[in-house]
Order: sequence, then C-alpha cells, then structure tokens
Amino acid sequence: MNNYDVLIVGGGVIGSAIARELSHYQLKIGVLEKNPDVCLEMSGRNSAVIHGGFAYEVGTQKAALCVEGCLEFDKVAKELDVPFKRTGKVLVGNTPEDMESLKQTMAIGEINGAVGLELIDEKRLKELVPTVEGKFAMYSPMSGILDPFQYTIGLAENAAKNGVKFNFNSEVTGINPKEDGSYGVETKSGSYTAKWIINAAGLGAVKISEMLGIGRYEMGATRGHYIVLDKNVGHLLPMPVYPVPSTSYMGIHVTPTVEGNVTVGPDADRVQSLEDYGVEKRNMEYLVEDASTLWPHIHRTDFIRNYAGIQPTWLNREGIMKDFVIEAREEVPNTVNLVGIESPGLTSALPIARKAVKHLVDREKPSLKDYFDPTRERVRRFSEATPEEQQELILENPDYGEIICRCESVSKAEVLDAIHNPLGVNTMVGIKYRTRSMMGRCQGGYCQMRIAQLLQQEKGLDVTEVLYAREESELFTGRVR
Amino acid sequence: MNETLKQVVIVGGGPAGLAAAVALYDMGIKDLLIIEREKKLGGILRQCIHDGFGMTRFKESLSGPEYADRFIQEVKKRKIPYITETTVLEITNEHVIRAASKEGLHTWKADGVVLSMGCRERTRGALQIPGERPAGVYTAGVAQSYINLYNTMVGKNVVILGSGDIGLIMARRLTLEGAKVEGVFEILPYPSGLERNVEQCLNDFEIPLHLSRTVTKIHGGKRLEGVTVSEVDENMEMIPGTEKYYPCDTLVLSVGLIPENELSKMAGVELDPRTKGPVVDTNYQTTIPGIFAAGNVLHVHDLVDYVSLEAERLVKGVVAYLNSEDEKKTLIDVNLGDGLTYVLPQKIALNQEAVISMRVKRPQENIRILVRQEGKIINSKCIEEALPAEMIQITLDADSLWSNKALEVSVG
Ligand SMILES: Cc1cc2nc3c(=O)[nH]c(=O)nc-3n(C[C@H](O)[C@H](O)[C@H](O)COP(=O)(O)OP(=O)(O)OC[C@H]3O[C@@H](n4cnc5c(N)ncnc54)[C@H](O)[C@@H]3O)c2cc1C
Ligand SMILES: Cc1cc2nc3c(=O)[nH]c(=O)nc-3n(C[C@H](O)[C@H](O)[C@H](O)COP(=O)(O)OP(=O)(O)OC[C@H]3O[C@@H](n4cnc5c(N)ncnc54)[C@H](O)[C@@H]3O)c2cc1C
Repeated sequence: MNNYDVLIVGGGVIGSAIARELSHYQLKIGVLEKNPDVCLEMSGRNSAVIHGGFAYEVGTQKAALCVEGCLEFDKVAKELDVPFKRTGKVLVGNTPEDMESLKQTMAIGEINGAVGLELIDEKRLKELVPTVEGKFAMYSPMSGILDPFQYTIGLAENAAKNGVKFNFNSEVTGINPKEDGSYGVETKSGSYTAKWIINAAGLGAVKISEMLGIGRYEMGATRGHYIVLDKNVGHLLPMPVYPVPSTSYMGIHVTPTVEGNVTVGPDADRVQSLEDYGVEKRNMEYLVEDASTLWPHIHRTDFIRNYAGIQPTWLNREGIMKDFVIEAREEVPNTVNLVGIESPGLTSALPIARKAVKHLVDREKPSLKDYFDPTRERVRRFSEATPEEQQELILENPDYGEIICRCESVSKAEVLDAIHNPLGVNTMVGIKYRTRSMMGRCQGGYCQMRIAQLLQQEKGLDVTEVLYAREESELFTGRVR
Repeated sequence: MNETLKQVVIVGGGPAGLAAAVALYDMGIKDLLIIEREKKLGGILRQCIHDGFGMTRFKESLSGPEYADRFIQEVKKRKIPYITETTVLEITNEHVIRAASKEGLHTWKADGVVLSMGCRERTRGALQIPGERPAGVYTAGVAQSYINLYNTMVGKNVVILGSGDIGLIMARRLTLEGAKVEGVFEILPYPSGLERNVEQCLNDFEIPLHLSRTVTKIHGGKRLEGVTVSEVDENMEMIPGTEKYYPCDTLVLSVGLIPENELSKMAGVELDPRTKGPVVDTNYQTTIPGIFAAGNVLHVHDLVDYVSLEAERLVKGVVAYLNSEDEKKTLIDVNLGDGLTYVLPQKIALNQEAVISMRVKRPQENIRILVRQEGKIINSKCIEEALPAEMIQITLDADSLWSNKALEVSVG
C-alpha cells in the first residue's frame, strides 16, 4: 500500500506545486509531510507578496522563474480560486544614494524581464500611496499580494483531486536505496517505497539531501518577525511599501494583505533553532520604529497578532548560494533535489515545479492522463457575498445564516466545509487558514469554542484529541466532570 | 430587500438590552424587538455561574444566570418580542438594521435603536506578549466559557496574567475543578479586580497574588510549557535580572475588556478614545440621533447591577426622541480632569438630572471628586477608598448647572 512511483518530501508551496504538476501524469504519487497540514512552515510565514523579479542577480533562475511566476499568476489564481490582487508595489527612497540604488535595481529588473518598472517622483508616489513618507520611488505595477495559505492549500487540494495522496505527521527520518533501484523511505508514520524521490523539504532540504547522499549543502537561519495590524488601517495602504533594498535583504516593509489587514516586517535575527517561532519585544519595537519612517500609521492599539518565519541562508562548497538549486544528479538516480528555495519561492512555485517535474519526465517518460482538472473551488464566503447573494446562500443552506466568527463574518457552512477539507486536516489552525475564523481582531474570543465543539462532533474526536496546530498541541486536558 | 418597521430595535439580549426592553415597554413603547445572536438571552451572564450578582439591584446574591433570568422573566411576562440565533451584521445611521439567521437575511427600519452588544476581551496579540504562540493560552472569558458552558477543562497547571475580576474568578473556578493555579500576576502595583474577589477567590484558596509583575515570555512550540515572569518598575518597564520561570501548561489572560464597537462604528457614531465606546449625552444618546447605547458596549462596568440601572435610565431619552421632544436640547461638554481615566456621559443636557460615571486612575484614600463649571464647584463626593476597579457615580440635580459652559470632573 505504501508503494509509490514518486514520493515528494515536504508539502509546502513547492511540494504541493510539484504534486499538482506531476498529477498530469499516470503515476502513483505521494507527499510525505511532517506536520499535520501543508502550510505550517515557510509557505505560511512570509510577506505574501508576488514579486516583480527586479531584486535578483541577472542570469539566475531566481530572476527568470520569479518574472515567469509573477506574469502568469492570474491564471493559477483563477484556476485555484486564490485571493490575489495585482496591487503594484513601491520601493521608496529619500537620498541621492537611494536614487542611485533604485536606478540600478531598475536596470537589473529590466534585464530580468520585469514589466513596467518606473521611477516616480514624490507627487506621483503620493497619488499612488497618499500615506507614505518619501521623496521618490520605483514603482513595479505587476507586483501583487496573495493569500499564501489559500495558494498552498489550493495547490495541494487540486493535486489531491487529481489523485495525489498526502500523508501528514510523516517526518522522513531515513532514505535507503534498494537493489532494484527504488528507495525505501522511513518516516514517523511508517515505511514507504518509491521509484522516485523529490526533495521539497524547505528548511529540511539539507537533511534530506544528506539522506539521499548529496552532502554538499549547509544551511544557516535567520528569523524574520512580523506584526499584524487591524483591518481598521487597511484602507490606508493600497500596495506594499518597501525601503530601498540593501545587498543583503529586502528590508522591513509594510504590506496590505488580500483580506485588508496590514503586516509590518520582517527584520532578521540569526537563530539556531528551526522550530522556535517566538517574537521578542525588541523585535516588535524595532519593527515599529523602522517601518514608521516609511509609513507613520503603526499604532499599538491596532496590533492584533505577531508571527515569525525562518529565512534560511544556504551554503555550498563555493560559499553563499545565490540561486535556487533544482537538480537531478547523475550519482543519485531517480531523484530531484530542490535546495535554496528561499524568497521569491512563493512567486516562483509553479515555474520551479515545472522545472523539477521536467527532470523526471525527461527520464521516465510517463504518459499523460486523459483528463486533468486544473480547478479547485473554494466554498463561497458569506462575507464576500452581496446581500442578495447572502439571502440565496442561506435559503439554499441554512448553515450560512449562522455566523460563527463575528470579526470576519464566517458562517457555520464555511466552518463545516473546512472541517471536511479534502486533505483530511483536523486542526484548529487548519480551520483558521481555510476560513479566516479566529484570525480577526478578537482572535477567536467569540468563535473558537464553537469551532472546537463542531470539530469534535463532526470528526468524532475526544475532547483531548483536539489539536491546535501541530502534533502534541492539545487544546484541552479533558472534561470538567 | 423588504424592511420591517419597528419602533425600537435593541441589539444584544444581555442585561443591558433586557433591562432597556422592559423599561421601554413599561413607558408605553411596545413595538419592540430584541435581537440576540446566541441561542438564549442573558448575555455574558450565562457563563458566570458564580454568585455575587444583584447585591445592589435586588439586595441579594444571585448567580449570573439567576440574575439574567429575573429580567428574562420580565421580558416574557410582557411578551416583548425577541429573536435569538440572529446576528446583526450592519446598522446604518438611518437606523436600518441588517441581520442573518438560519431563516435568511432580515432588514428592519427602526425609529430608535439601542446598542447593547456588550464587550470583548483584550487578547494576547493586542498585548504583544513576547515568545512563541502555543496552544494553552486563553483569555479568561474563553476559559470560563469552555469550563462552564462546554464542560471542557483547559489545563492542569495554570498561571493567570492580570487581576481583572474574570481572572480572579477563574483562579477559584480552576482550583475548584482540580487545577493547580501557580499564581496571579499583575503588572500594576494594585489588583485591578474588586477587593471582594481578591478575598474570596484568591486569599480563601491561598492562591498568591504577585503585584508589579508581568509575563515577559511565553515558552513552548506546541502546548504551553512555561512562562517567564519579570518584575516591572514604576513605568511598567521590566527590570532585567528579575526573570523567573514558571512551568505551566495554561496561561489565562485577564487583561481588560473593550466595548464591542463594530456595529457602532458602522452606524457612524463617534467613539471616545478613553472608554473606547460611543460618546453619549445624559440620556445615553450617541452622536447619531435616535441611536442609544448602554452597558458594556458603552463603557466596561464593574458590576452588572449598574448595567441594568444604566439601561433603565436610557428609556427617558428614547421616549423623548420618539416624541420629538428633545430637539431644542442644549448639550454641554463634560471634560475629563486630573486623576480620572474617563467620565461618562461626555455631554449633558441642561435642566435634566444626570448620572456621571467615572473611574480613578489609581487607588487613593479619602479623596473628593469635584464637578466644576467655570471654576466653581457645583457638586462633589467624598470617597474613603477609591479604586480603579470600582466605578464611581455622581448624580447632578436638574438645577445644578448654572451656565451653559463646559463641566470638568476631577479628583480634588
Ligand atoms: C520571512 C519570509 C518572507 C518571505 N516572503 C516572500 C514573499 O513575499 N514572496 C515570495 O515569493 N516568497 C517569499 N518567501 C519565500 C517563500 O516563502 C518560500 O520560498 C517558500 O514558501 C518555500 O516553500 P517550500 O515548500 O520550499 O518550504 P516550506 O513551506 O517550508 O515547506 C517545506 C515542507 O517540508 C516539510 N518537511 C521538512 N522536513 C521534512 C521531513 N524530514 N520530512 C517530511 N517533511 C518535511 C515541512 O514541514 C514543510 O511543510 C519568504 C520567506 C520567508 C521565510
Ligand atoms: C467574561 C465576563 C465575566 C464577568 N463576570 C462578572 C462577575 O463575576 N460579576 C459581575 O458583576 N459582572 C461580571 N461581568 C460584567 C457583567 O456581567 C457585564 O457588565 C454585563 O454582562 C454587561 O452586560 P451587557 O448587556 O452590556 O453585555 P453582555 O452581557 O455581553 O450582552 C451583550 C449581548 O449582545 C449580544 N450581541 C453582541 N453583538 C451582537 C450582534 N451583532 N447581533 C446580535 N447580538 C449581539 C451578545 O451575544 C450578548 O448576548 C463579567 C463580564 C465578562 C465579559
């Protein structure tokens, strides 16, 4: 039963995109994911920006795949029903050095193929973003924002619809080549075999490489922190606002989310642990101080949440890696190894996946399926419907008339749909990412007990089996009496 | 969509909404509707199963549900219409109310509207407590609801942050249900809940109250593993070197309540940054004519008894508004002076009795609250022991104003 043609290690945006691309073919495909859901690591902890492609060195895959991913994003957003807005974005400067740097960025961007880049003066800047502080900017009209949870989940659900099996709580601990050329894979949930292994393990990619016998990579890590602001201020920020980039990183920016909140971040702290997503006081203070010079509308009273993402820095024998690695090494047959998939990994996920799949298809020459369904439909959101549509939704399904989450107006119908998601995810955060319940300003104060109750009822879970996000994150210790 | 006409619609069926409904009915306003999103009327009191409610209003100690039930019975006796499991989604400045229930969308157009949506709890995200974000961090009201309404135990080893009343009550409740409460930590140098709750919920159970301390880090990537607590100085900044680690699986936050403002904002009523609720006049009318507010949606109360009394005082204004008798009313500002965190109402009418509610900034003994107009003291009240936890009220007689200049209320 645990025999596959292809096993993909890691169910982030990259693993899920690869799964979807591969599901065009007549192959038995499985994903092994260590967490109980698909976007609990990098793919759910980022700035959620579709990048234009001007920030990467000329000639790199990063530059090419980013531009490709950016320009084609409307199509996949439509197919998978992913909230996405091509808002445009500005890089804001003040000094002559800033101007030089922006001109350089623009020149690089143009060579990379980024579309529509423009240097704009203060007047134009204020027209685009009236609330920003700055003298001039580079404007990238093709940049945008997306819902990274819905994107990753959409890719995974669509892959599942086309036959891919997602195995959660399945951390890969060992990979052994067998005599017949296939691989045995040990995981925390049991043993698997597969003819092909694809490493899309994100922060775990170095370890998986080593398990495959590719011992040439190393990884360091920094942690980037973010503050989430209330929807109260969303209308003040029509597009992401970035400072002028330095050579090392993009700088702390303010970004609207597709749902109308604002995020502030990230900074970068060197860290050892890949599991500690804590945010320290000094980070929050620094974020506010730094970002307020760009956008002076960050007030404590609007804070609703913070989060962090781990940014890897990748090293190979030559030093710091500047590019994505998507390789099929001769000495390790039947593997595709992806390392160094940092920013703009979200933007480039589909082109990256196509490249990875091409390695396999070129060798294996699998047949295409007669039929591939590229679509995935999200359940209708009550809050996004007009009053007339809301009335229709309720008449069709009365659960639409029961509002479970007061801040985001999420109905019981949507929560039930999320509980019965096609990937079989069973956690509170799984429901949160799928519906936006518990994500608003009261942070679940009103709805979480209703949702925990529904989850138990619908899935037949004991009260002690309700998990927050990860394994061993039990919400409750038992009944009162 | 078809609008149903109503004389008065009351949004929220907690103690404020219920008391307003009964009082309005008794004043002859019978074309009423109470809209409540929960299955049952009663508001937050349904989950407050401890006693101590009603000492002021009924001169006896009732549990939360018993207190609410007194009002629910009065509503039922009068056959005042109410609907439950119906969430109001929008209120406009023209008194159009849109709500959703399993039956569909509903729209009412009311002559008068009473806002009584209660409050919500401040969250960890709003406080920005540093550290990780594991399972096991609950606001006190959520923990109370799990235990009292859902028969669900939230944890075994508990630290409580904030000495608000709900936190104190939860310290006792969790202890009674077999959890070990390590202590209650309060950033201020005094408790922010009522003294009787400190006595009955902590001291009687030997639960330590640690003042001038706060949680400075949360540990654990999955379920909570522990918290770091630090001492703070007089500016509430943590004092380095005072960190102490407490292993625990549960952190309960009792760090403040905020009026439920979404609908008030949609209706366009002005909010007071201090109370965080609507700006109102003597009759609890907001800045949008015909929209009134009472209870925790207006300002967070210490005792439910005062919520009911406030809601009952609002009806005079509603009746005057419906009879178009309040048009020529002159309003004067009530300004906040030294020593207080807020005063309410923010505007009062001439020639009408007014009840002014306020809270002091810090605990003080033997103080005098002064109400001044143009420098002249027009009313005052001596208070032996003034605590921020306790709301203070002063009643101004109809003839106590002597000009139409602004008032100032302060600690003298
Ligand atoms: C702070 C930050 C901001 C960013 N902002 C942007 C942006 O604005 N725009 C953009 O385009 N890109 C951005 N990126 C980059 C983008 O988020 C990543 O490149 C992308 O999400 C990587 O996807 P992934 O699938 O490789 O990694 P992940 O999402 O981390 O997925 C890897 C998966 O592998 C699993 N895994 C690991 N080890 C094992 C194992 N041993 N066994 C089984 N499963 C395993 C993990 O649990 C995880 O689910 C940002 C990144 C960070 C950190
Ligand atoms: C957790 C908690 C514990 C407390 N414990 C005590 C105590 O021990 N002793 C004490 O004296 N006081 C206590 N209080 C305070 C006291 O109970 C409150 O002051 C009182 O309940 C406030 O009454 P209210 O009617 O303003 O609000 P609530 O009781 O909160 O009622 C508001 C009602 O409006 C409904 N509503 C809100 N929005 C909508 C909408 N959009 N559509 C439809 N309906 C809506 C809500 O469901 C709710 O039923 C406590 C308060 C809280 C929050």
